[in-house]
Amino acid sequence: MDKRREELIFQGLMIASALIVIGSLVYVLVVVVLKGLPALNLAMLIQTPKGGYYLGGEGGILNAITGSLCLAGGATVLALLLSLPIALFLQVYSGKSRFSEFTRLSLDVLWGVPSIVYGAFGFTIMVFLGVRASLLGGVMALTLLELPIMTRAMEEVISMVPFELKESAYALGATRLETAISVVVKQSLPGILTAILLAFGRGIGDAASVLFTAGYTDNLPSSLFRPVASLPLAVFFQLATPFPEVQQRAYASALVLTIIVLLISLGCRLVGGRFTAHVIR
Amino acid sequence: MLTRSLKDRLASRLMFLVTFSCSLIVFLIALALYARARPILTAKPLGELIFSSSWHPLKGEFGFYPFILGTLWVTALAMIISIPLSLLTAIYLAEYASARVRGVVKPLIDLLAGIPSVVYGLWGVLAVVPLIRDYVAPLMGRSLGFIPLFSVENPTGYSVLAGSIVLALMVFPIIISVTEEVFRSVPDGLREASLALGATRWQMVKHVVMRKALPGVVAAIVLGFSRAFGETMAVLMVVGNVAIIPSSIFDPAYPLTALIANNYGEMMSIPLYDSALLGAGLFLLLMVLCFNIVARIVLRRVLGEGG
Repeated sequence: MDKRREELIFQGLMIASALIVIGSLVYVLVVVVLKGLPALNLAMLIQTPKGGYYLGGEGGILNAITGSLCLAGGATVLALLLSLPIALFLQVYSGKSRFSEFTRLSLDVLWGVPSIVYGAFGFTIMVFLGVRASLLGGVMALTLLELPIMTRAMEEVISMVPFELKESAYALGATRLETAISVVVKQSLPGILTAILLAFGRGIGDAASVLFTAGYTDNLPSSLFRPVASLPLAVFFQLATPFPEVQQRAYASALVLTIIVLLISLGCRLVGGRFTAHVIR
Repeated sequence: MLTRSLKDRLASRLMFLVTFSCSLIVFLIALALYARARPILTAKPLGELIFSSSWHPLKGEFGFYPFILGTLWVTALAMIISIPLSLLTAIYLAEYASARVRGVVKPLIDLLAGIPSVVYGLWGVLAVVPLIRDYVAPLMGRSLGFIPLFSVENPTGYSVLAGSIVLALMVFPIIISVTEEVFRSVPDGLREASLALGATRWQMVKHVVMRKALPGVVAAIVLGFSRAFGETMAVLMVVGNVAIIPSSIFDPAYPLTALIANNYGEMMSIPLYDSALLGAGLFLLLMVLCFNIVARIVLRRVLGEGG
């Protein structure tokens, strides 16, 4: 009967662990919502910081919201331009060669690089090129962060396209490029969109890589070569002030950021079910 | 006809070029950091940089020892918290949970992976730090304070423990999802054979599945470790950032990542300072690269193609 007891003990431990893991997620969300909601108001969402904002004066975080959208949006477009060719090359052209194994390993390793290192690297490159902290610099650093996430996610969905479909296209005389675009991409469109959203979500939440590269400003983003604000840094800087009113706004900023991220991951779920008009299952 | 095949060949070349250059980014990063870190590496012996605890940039003294130990303390404690919880959860999801439970829990764990690090940091400041300050530290200090590891000399709550708890949460999704995948790659035949011999489920997991999955599980832990090792913002917000060598879990610490984030940008005027910070970045990168390469190669063996 001893092994029955061991079974029960470990089942209990497992369920408890799963509950702790899920519970901590719920706890994080509850804290952010409970603290953020009272501090959130319309003015915060539609105004930029006015004079004395960081001492508790009027204003909002529109600069950070638009800045973050520009940063993550720009980086996602750039990452897409790079990762779609990579994913297609690995899956349609190069197949199971040594080279594609090397590329996959290299991308997986890139995925593990800490974002502060992207920031430091981006800043080094910017100093080298004579660019100051700007939207452009932030976009470049975030592109590095998003690239491996997007490519690996895309490659995974592209690899699910049935081999027979590709063969049929070839049999009809299509070139590899034509097959890649009109069969493979069309087939995996929902998955590709999910990969894009996933990368966008990671990009918008990252603080360490934009800390030196994008800088911070109270103005709305206006030029590629000017600094931009971002939501994660808005949370970070406002929390670091000694004024309770401003700290309240950090909570509200975190809530806005969390809502954006949650909406994106909800979007990922929904996209999986939509855009499947052309997909043969 | 000619143009179509020409287009195909052009596209092929172009895609190859993109793929090739992107696969070199990691090396480019390492090279750029090395180039910028060279001045400090040639000016100071490596042993002094790593083992000296005198950090006075103005006097030209760059001892990383407190920061390296800060990183190790926070990361190690985070793993101690995270490993048992995530492994048990992963085993539950892979071996016990019904498809419905898995369908609910897995998206939640993915969600956990997507939450931005500043949000974790904010949670740490609002929930974990006060908890440690008001309850855990006084309680432990009174009952176990005679053990150096639990002595309370820092009443603020911003401590190694706070940083580790926040990090542990951030590491859950990595270890859980990789471990679960590894467990699912173990063939069912082994499970059936074990159950047919009269083993309970847990005995089957312990003696058969776990043994088969061990390399993959270790790789999952290594991946989690390296993520914790390089995490910056969340840790920075709760760990206290005092450059001492921690001796208790309630002491503050100052990890390498926090050092870079706090000082980068304002160090241009002090000689060798930026070189020292980029050297710290290089050290982080090399550690993480080693961990990642080993873990990925092991996982590829375990999971097969592309895993």
